[in-house]
Amino acid sequence: MSVLVYINSNGEKIAKNAFEAVTYSKKIGDVTVVTNGKADDSMLAQLGKYGASKVLVDRSFEGIDEQQITRLVATAAENVGAETIVFSNDLIGKAVAPRLSVKLSAGLVAGATGVPQEDGTIPVNVFSGKAHGFVKVNTDKKIIALLPNSIQPEETGADAAVEEFNGNAGDSRVTVKETKLPEGDIPLPEAELVVSGGRGLKGPENWNLITDLATELGAATACSRPVADSDWRPHHEHVGQTGVAIRPNLYIAAGISGAIQHLAGVNGSKTIVVINTDDEAPFFKAADYGVVGDAFEVLPKLTEAVKKFKASN
Amino acid sequence: MKILVCISKAPDTTTKISFTDGDTKFDESGVKYIVNPYDEWYALVRGLELKEAHGGSVTTVTVGTAEDDATIRKALAIGADDATRINVKPEDASQVAAEIAAYAKEGAYDLVLLGKETIDYNGSQVGGMIAEHLDMPFISLAEKLDVDGTTATLDKEITGGVQTVEAELPLVVSCAKGMAEQRIPNMRGIMAARKKPLNVVEPTNAAKQTSFVKYALPAPKSAVKLIDPNNMDELVELLHNEAKVI
Ligand SMILES: Cc1cc2nc3c(=O)[nH]c(=O)nc-3n(C[C@H](O)[C@H](O)[C@H](O)COP(=O)(O)OP(=O)(O)OC[C@H]3O[C@@H](n4cnc5c(N)ncnc54)[C@H](O)[C@@H]3O)c2cc1C
Repeated sequence: MSVLVYINSNGEKIAKNAFEAVTYSKKIGDVTVVTNGKADDSMLAQLGKYGASKVLVDRSFEGIDEQQITRLVATAAENVGAETIVFSNDLIGKAVAPRLSVKLSAGLVAGATGVPQEDGTIPVNVFSGKAHGFVKVNTDKKIIALLPNSIQPEETGADAAVEEFNGNAGDSRVTVKETKLPEGDIPLPEAELVVSGGRGLKGPENWNLITDLATELGAATACSRPVADSDWRPHHEHVGQTGVAIRPNLYIAAGISGAIQHLAGVNGSKTIVVINTDDEAPFFKAADYGVVGDAFEVLPKLTEAVKKFKASN
Repeated sequence: MKILVCISKAPDTTTKISFTDGDTKFDESGVKYIVNPYDEWYALVRGLELKEAHGGSVTTVTVGTAEDDATIRKALAIGADDATRINVKPEDASQVAAEIAAYAKEGAYDLVLLGKETIDYNGSQVGGMIAEHLDMPFISLAEKLDVDGTTATLDKEITGGVQTVEAELPLVVSCAKGMAEQRIPNMRGIMAARKKPLNVVEPTNAAKQTSFVKYALPAPKSAVKLIDPNNMDELVELLHNEAKVI
């Protein structure tokens, strides 16, 4: 089966979720990648290691305009006769995949967490991670948008051939005025390690406890909703049912009670560590490792222990 | 300015999720429904603020059955002028988007606003689909939206940051946190909502491109391993050797 994957290659390097999408697609069929932007050929050729046999690159436009990308992917899908089209369900995938679904009359499975099952259904998270659903696509063509961090990239092959491609992307109707990318921050939705703080940290002046540990680990930082609502931390750090849903390998929660709405956004994490003074805090029921103690004492000790571990490894 | 706000209901956030009919249906017994928070807190309230600033109207549209009327009345109580319900059970994003697009086509709206996702199916699909049906630009995950004449300026979330963009109306915008502050309906709003028009229209019976065939609950977590707060070396060791995450 012919599978087409769209990846974004506008950045300095190709993001991990692109390798995930290619690895995923390789499990379904023969993979062609389509991309736009300025990434050089040697960078794109790497996608072959994860299973792409060919990379089509349209250098006529950069950026993330969802109408241009929709037209590019539609042209490429026609060109390679793709039956399945795969995106990462990141912010670009969320904007493009639904448009493409209408354009191609192809059923969309958004937020897939695994490969198609024996019965052809595709698993997704529903109810903000409180359950799984299995989706059947009723159209011939399908589009799958894969939830980031759902599978590990696997290197299996050699470099892929890179070909210039004209995707008839057309013009953008949206003008970009300014792009703000805070330096050094690790984007939360893609982070593998996350350190998060709640109201138990008492105030923004204590956040160095969280950021010190995050820096030591190379982790992103997050927070509970009241923390963002009180402007102790920026809105984009708010995780949970009404914030960002994340599924890192490690989620460390300090001074967070573990309300059901908070858990909904983090319960896909592989390993959860909870630090809380209250041994009855509901979060302990969702945790793998728990520390009953004062975050003001435990966090610096943990930061020290990580430092020691990093020095000796 | 004519503004259309898509409103959907969603189970209250404290709902314990379970399934019936051999795990093929969401168990709705005892479930309390609310207006999907993203639709209510951000899309609807920002729509009302724009109307207050520039004049015009705010209409809500919902794909649903009579069971949804209470949710729709809440949106009217918060301040929408009138509401439309497209009378069919929503079962799939492609169906919902096609129905709303068919309705919106008739209305020549300047803005179609909706929440960034629903908190039950979390698909984030409907906005982009409507935009493609209507051939309008789609600004996803907008945190800020201002309109000057026929030009909209928006801040949207992008990977690792925020982008400020400009586009001509009409537009479809999915609304995220930052867009507005929640409004609690007052008594007057609730009384007025009873008299506001809730128009019921028949669906076009758009096809469903996907179906949910079964559900499962996540495997229960094994019991938490408690670590001595004075022994963080042990925690690091476990994270490295047992959990293998660092
Ligand atoms: C519709 C709706 C949607 C919501 N969506 C979200 C969402 O998306 N995300 C979200 O997070 N919340 C959400 N909430 C709010 C949620 O219900 C909780 O109120 C919130 O998560 C609590 O935040 P918290 O754990 O930081 O604070 P608290 O509940 O106040 O908990 C603080 C915790 O810190 C502990 N603590 C205190 N001092 C210390 C110390 N020195 N050391 C260690 N621990 C300490 C306490 O024992 C307590 O467990 C939502 C609520 C509603 C109604």
